[in-house]
Amino acid sequence: MGKKELDTRFARFGTVSFAGVTQVNDFVDYLEDGRLMGTKCNHCGLYFFPPRAHCCQCLSGSPEWFEVTGEGRLVTYSTLHYAPAGFQADLPYTIGLVDYGQYKVFGRLSPSLGEDALHVGMAMKAKADKTAAGQVTYVFEAA
Amino acid sequence: MGKVGIIGVGQTSFVRQYPGSIRELVFDGFKEAMADAGISSGEIDATVICSAPEYDKQRSPAGVLSEYLGLNPQPTFYVETLCSSSSTGLKLAYSLVASGLHDVVLVSGFQIMSQLTSEESQERMARGADIQWESPFGTMMPAYYALHAQSHMASYGTSPEDLALIRVKASTYGQMNEKAVYRKAVTPEMFSDPENKMAQPVSSPLRTGDCCANADGSSCVIVASEEKARALGRKPVWIKGVGAASAPVNMAGRKDLSHLSVGREAARQAYAMAGISASDVDVAEVHDCFTIAEMMAYEDLGFADPGKGRDLIRSGQTYKDGKIPVNVDGGLLSKGHPIGATGGSQIRTIVLQLRGEAGAMQVDNPNIGLVHNIGGVGLYGNVTILGLD
Ligand SMILES: [Zn+2]
Repeated sequence: MGKKELDTRFARFGTVSFAGVTQVNDFVDYLEDGRLMGTKCNHCGLYFFPPRAHCCQCLSGSPEWFEVTGEGRLVTYSTLHYAPAGFQADLPYTIGLVDYGQYKVFGRLSPSLGEDALHVGMAMKAKADKTAAGQVTYVFEAA
Repeated sequence: MGKVGIIGVGQTSFVRQYPGSIRELVFDGFKEAMADAGISSGEIDATVICSAPEYDKQRSPAGVLSEYLGLNPQPTFYVETLCSSSSTGLKLAYSLVASGLHDVVLVSGFQIMSQLTSEESQERMARGADIQWESPFGTMMPAYYALHAQSHMASYGTSPEDLALIRVKASTYGQMNEKAVYRKAVTPEMFSDPENKMAQPVSSPLRTGDCCANADGSSCVIVASEEKARALGRKPVWIKGVGAASAPVNMAGRKDLSHLSVGREAARQAYAMAGISASDVDVAEVHDCFTIAEMMAYEDLGFADPGKGRDLIRSGQTYKDGKIPVNVDGGLLSKGHPIGATGGSQIRTIVLQLRGEAGAMQVDNPNIGLVHNIGGVGLYGNVTILGLD
C-alpha cells in the first residue's frame, strides 16, 4: 500500500513559505484564482484573517470561506532596507497592516507605491498577485 | 505562603564571538552567581535552563547544561519564551519555591548568536513570529517593531528624534557597564548625519541606532525560600510580584499597534500582587530591544500616560537622577541582547541596584525595582517587582 500523498499546497504561498500542510490550503487555490479569502464561523459569526479551520470563540462552528473585498484603512507600514535570509532579492519592500473593520489583513504593499505616498489611515485594497518566482501572494494598492 | 528571595546573581560580559561552547558560557555566569550567593552546589535543589532554540545545534539543553554545572541528579526544566525566556524561568522558579516543592532553585539563561550571520539570525528571530502567515512576506524583528513605531508616531506625534534620545541615554550608561557589548557614546547628531552608521535605515522609521545588537552571553539568578534565604546569609532581595501575559502572534490579531498589550497586562498583575502602583517604583529595567520598545514600556508600565512617553525622555526623567530611572545599565541597546540571557541580566541589574552595589550606575537609595521583559514582538510579557522588604 502506497503512502498517502500530503496536501502541501501552502508551500506555494509567499516569497519563502515556512509551512506546507494546513487545513486551510484552499486559501492558495482561491488566491491563484484571484480571490483573497478569510474564514467566518458559521455558528457565532466571528471573522478570521488569517483564515482558520477552527473557531476558538464558540468551539462548535465550522469556519466558512469569505472574500476580502472593498476598502480597508492602512493601520501602519514599514519599508525594509535590510532583509532576513531568503528575502534580500526583494529589497527594498514595504509591509503593512490594513483594517477592514471586522478583521485586519497583514501583507506587502505594492512596490509601485513610494513611501512618500503612504500615510496611516489611507484607503487600501487587496489584490491577488504572483511573486517573481511564481509563488502566489497578495499586495495592497491605494484604493 | 512565605516570601521568595533572590540570593545570588551573575552574568557574563555580553560579547560578540564568545570563544567557547554553550556549556562554558553558561558556567561563567553560574560561577559568578554562586560566588555572589556564597553557597555550594549541594544547596541547589533544581535548575531552570532558559534559551531560544535553533541558535545552536544542541537540542534539550537543560540536561546537558545541568550536568556540566555539576547539578545532577537534581531535576532540571527547560523554559522558552523567546527574548523573555529567563524572566519566565524566574517565574517558574518562584512557583517551585512558593509551592514548597523546592527550597533553592537556580535559573540560568543563555544564548550564543554570533555563530550565525546577521541575516540568519533575523530569520531565526522572525520564526518566533507567525511563520505561516507573516514570515512569507519577509518579516523580521526590527520590521515588526517599526510597525509599532510608525503607529505610535501617527497616533501621538512621537518623532524619530525622540527615539534617538532613548539610544543616547542607553549609551550614557553602556559606557559605564563593563559587561556591555557596546560601550561607545552615541549623540543625537549621529542620527541626523546621513553618513553615520546610527542613521542608516533598517526598517522605516527605525535606523541602525534604534536597534540593539545580537550578542553571546549568559545570566544566572538563584532563588530561595524565605527560611533558606535568611539561613544562607546575605540580605536577600524579595520577589514581590510576578505578572505574565500573552497576545496574538499575528499583527492582524492586535487591537492597536501603539502599545504592547502584554506589557500592560503583566504590569497590572505584578502591581496588584505587590500591592504597589507605578509611582512606587524607584528603578526599572525595561525591554529596549528597540528604542520604540522602551517608549512603549514607559506608557504600558504607567510611568507615563499613553502618548506621553516622549515627555519623560525629553525631560531626562528616565536618567539616573530623574523621577523614574530606566535602564541605567545601558539596557539591551548597549548591553546587547543574547535572547535567553536577557531577562536574568535585567534581574541582576535590579538586584544590584536594590543592594546598593551598582557602582557608577547606582540610583539613590532605591527600595522597589521593576523588570519588564518582552518575548517576541509582544507575544509574551513578564513584569517582575523586586523589593528590599
Ligand atoms: Zn464560532
